[in-house]
Amino acid sequence: MNRFLLPLAAFLLLAIVLGIGVRHSKTKGIIASPLVGRAAPDFVLPDLLDPAVKFASGSMKGRWYALNVWGTWCVECRAEHSVLVAAREAGPLPLVGLNWKDSDEDARAWLAQLGNPYVAVPVDAEGRVAIDYGVYGAPETFLVDPRGVIVHKHIGPLTTDIWQREFVLRATGTAEPGR
Amino acid sequence: MLPELGQFALILALLLAALQAFFGLAAPALGRDRWLAAVMPATAGQAVMVGTAFACLVASFVRFDFSVAYVAENSNSALPLAYRVAAVWGAHEGSLLLWITLLAVWTVAVAFGVARLPARFGARVLGVLGLVSFGFILFTLATSNPFLRLDPPVPDGRDLNPLLQDPALALHPPLLYTGYVGFAVAFAFAIAAMLEGRLDQTWAKWTRPWTLAAWAFLTCGIALGSWWAYYELGWGGYWFWDPVENASFMPWLIGTALIHSLAVTDKRGLFKSWTLLLAIIAFSLSLLGTFLVRSGVLVSVHSFAADPARGVFILAFLVIMIGGALSLYAWRAPLLRSNAGFEFASRESFLLFNNILLVIAAATVFGGTLAPLISDTLGLGTLSVGPQYFNPTFLLPMLPLIALVAIGMHANWKRGRLGERGRPVIVAGLMALAIAIALVFGYYAGRPGLALVSFALGAWLVLSSLFDPLDRLRRGLSMPRAIIGMTLAHVAVGVFVIAVTAVETYTVEQDIAMARGETAHVGGFDFRFDGVDAIDGPNYDGVHGVVQVTRDGTPVVTMHPEKRRYLVQQSVMTEAAIASQAGRDLFVALGEDLGAGRWSLRIQIRPLINYVWLAAALMALGGAIAASDRRYRHARAAAAVPANAGQGSTA
Repeated sequence: MNRFLLPLAAFLLLAIVLGIGVRHSKTKGIIASPLVGRAAPDFVLPDLLDPAVKFASGSMKGRWYALNVWGTWCVECRAEHSVLVAAREAGPLPLVGLNWKDSDEDARAWLAQLGNPYVAVPVDAEGRVAIDYGVYGAPETFLVDPRGVIVHKHIGPLTTDIWQREFVLRATGTAEPGR
Repeated sequence: MLPELGQFALILALLLAALQAFFGLAAPALGRDRWLAAVMPATAGQAVMVGTAFACLVASFVRFDFSVAYVAENSNSALPLAYRVAAVWGAHEGSLLLWITLLAVWTVAVAFGVARLPARFGARVLGVLGLVSFGFILFTLATSNPFLRLDPPVPDGRDLNPLLQDPALALHPPLLYTGYVGFAVAFAFAIAAMLEGRLDQTWAKWTRPWTLAAWAFLTCGIALGSWWAYYELGWGGYWFWDPVENASFMPWLIGTALIHSLAVTDKRGLFKSWTLLLAIIAFSLSLLGTFLVRSGVLVSVHSFAADPARGVFILAFLVIMIGGALSLYAWRAPLLRSNAGFEFASRESFLLFNNILLVIAAATVFGGTLAPLISDTLGLGTLSVGPQYFNPTFLLPMLPLIALVAIGMHANWKRGRLGERGRPVIVAGLMALAIAIALVFGYYAGRPGLALVSFALGAWLVLSSLFDPLDRLRRGLSMPRAIIGMTLAHVAVGVFVIAVTAVETYTVEQDIAMARGETAHVGGFDFRFDGVDAIDGPNYDGVHGVVQVTRDGTPVVTMHPEKRRYLVQQSVMTEAAIASQAGRDLFVALGEDLGAGRWSLRIQIRPLINYVWLAAALMALGGAIAASDRRYRHARAAAAVPANAGQGSTA
């Protein structure tokens, strides 16, 4: 064989891989964070509703969950909140609400008034956990798989459609054994 | 009106690029020399139309036209003018238009340059560039139009990503793209040479200044990006092996190999097919970088809002351009013969090994960057490749490379003996070893290890590079710019190696909580925290800390780390304070408000880190000086006679 054909062959092989990659990214949507594919940073924080209880992220191992970063100071979180409440009522995917740099009283009043969609509300008063997660503005939502790996990140407020398509579908659609 | 005008200009540019490509490639192929006259007007018209489109987008930003979707997403009524201009390339659509505009600028420069070359060859070069431009304009219009209107318009924009609100943003993408796009010129020359069946080495001489210039721009762009990440983003480092960083670094490595390979082809008529291949690969990697950043197949801090449709388009474009080029290569390269030979320890050998090592280095980066994608595609699960992979595997080819450069510069063309030039190389090596020992054991009081080896290699390269020019000065010989440029770049590589070694080995870092008036002692300096004040910027508010630094009681500097909250996007940004000193950077970043006047602070002392960028700037300067060597201008004037090049001693 002509050895000068080798670069072409190597390139075509690469093009095939990239082609599959593009198709793949089409089905799995858009990746938005360098953390996707990595282990979700572990944390232990006091719970908003009962500060005596510590919430450990490790306690969620073994099931899918979504980590939603929110604060009462965040305007877009208010719009998102009704989506979360509805989602919680309809769906099987548990939500953990990381309360980011907020006042505890405001946050408690907010949940009492608008409803609490969260299974737990860890309080990140100093924003250290948010830094570990690379949070760059609330709201942001991470999807974590049963191994504790971040599968997806959504920046900005969720809509019902995004929640269904990017979170619920992923969690229920790929939650077969072995993954 | 302006956005419509811009879109119309871009459509005209697309048509003109098609004409430029058609006449440029068809006229010589079909032997219709009368068509050649159409190439220049089409090229000029395309450039003017692209410029018009770009100006229209800039104007829409400057005039706060929030009826344009792209402006509304990336600007705000509180955004200062300079950032409104820079916001043009703050996201995908506009940065693509910038890419096209810079390609038009290069094309115009090439059009002037090739005017002195044989007409058919020049037409082919412009034809290839027209083809590249056509592909990118079509991509923009089809998938990423920056001129789309919003109906109804929004009252105010969403603001530019705060990460990007920095003077360095105004320059980083344009410089980087100028480098990327510049490799299109080397690519176009290589394709034109293959189409023409030009089997001598004149095309290499014509290509050299363009490649050097592109390489210099790319070097500046990468260095500025790295400097920006360190200074603006407060990431505390200068290189993260992020896929997009890698995407710019791979063409740089191959471009470096190409510069040296072109020298051998130009001087000695050797490595012809290899040089052609490198020219194709350098540009292919630039295109691949574009694909990786914008298609969403890889995860990166730089990711643009990704869209798989874009991925499909760029991939198709890649297959046509690169696949076509490599097919042409497979057809033409077997015809290339070198009649010159060379001995084992000749300069040719050293340059060949340097090429191989650079390609290996690029391949390791390539493998690490694409491994997550391949693993994901084959269903092997998600894989993450970080510095644990890149640092050691990259060092493996690079350390021997430094040694080869230190020796190889003194080797003769063709003959395999260092002869009397061998002694200074050995003397320099011994001096370098002494310097390394003094640095490691004396200055930094550290343990022997890899640092000793890298310090010694870096110092060896610096000293060894200086011998030849000093010798020329002493003997009163002329000093061509090619030699000045080469010396500068090689010294810079040595300085770079030393600086990186110092930063990686001897950085001191501390994260501490401090109350007002408290003092922390880090690496021989005392940092006293004097509390924070509120600040009020144009589109942000925040706090501004005061840290007094003293050394042995003598005041050194007052540092002001900031924490800003951007009002529109509600995001918090850390503006680290960095005080550069001759031998180190002091770095203070404001962490979290812990209440009661206490703040968490990150304090770092990074030795020699500013020399990392200084070295990169020197490399770029060396490339620019070498590109301006008189020899290339003479070469072009004499280009009509494809003769064997002069046998100087520069490389």
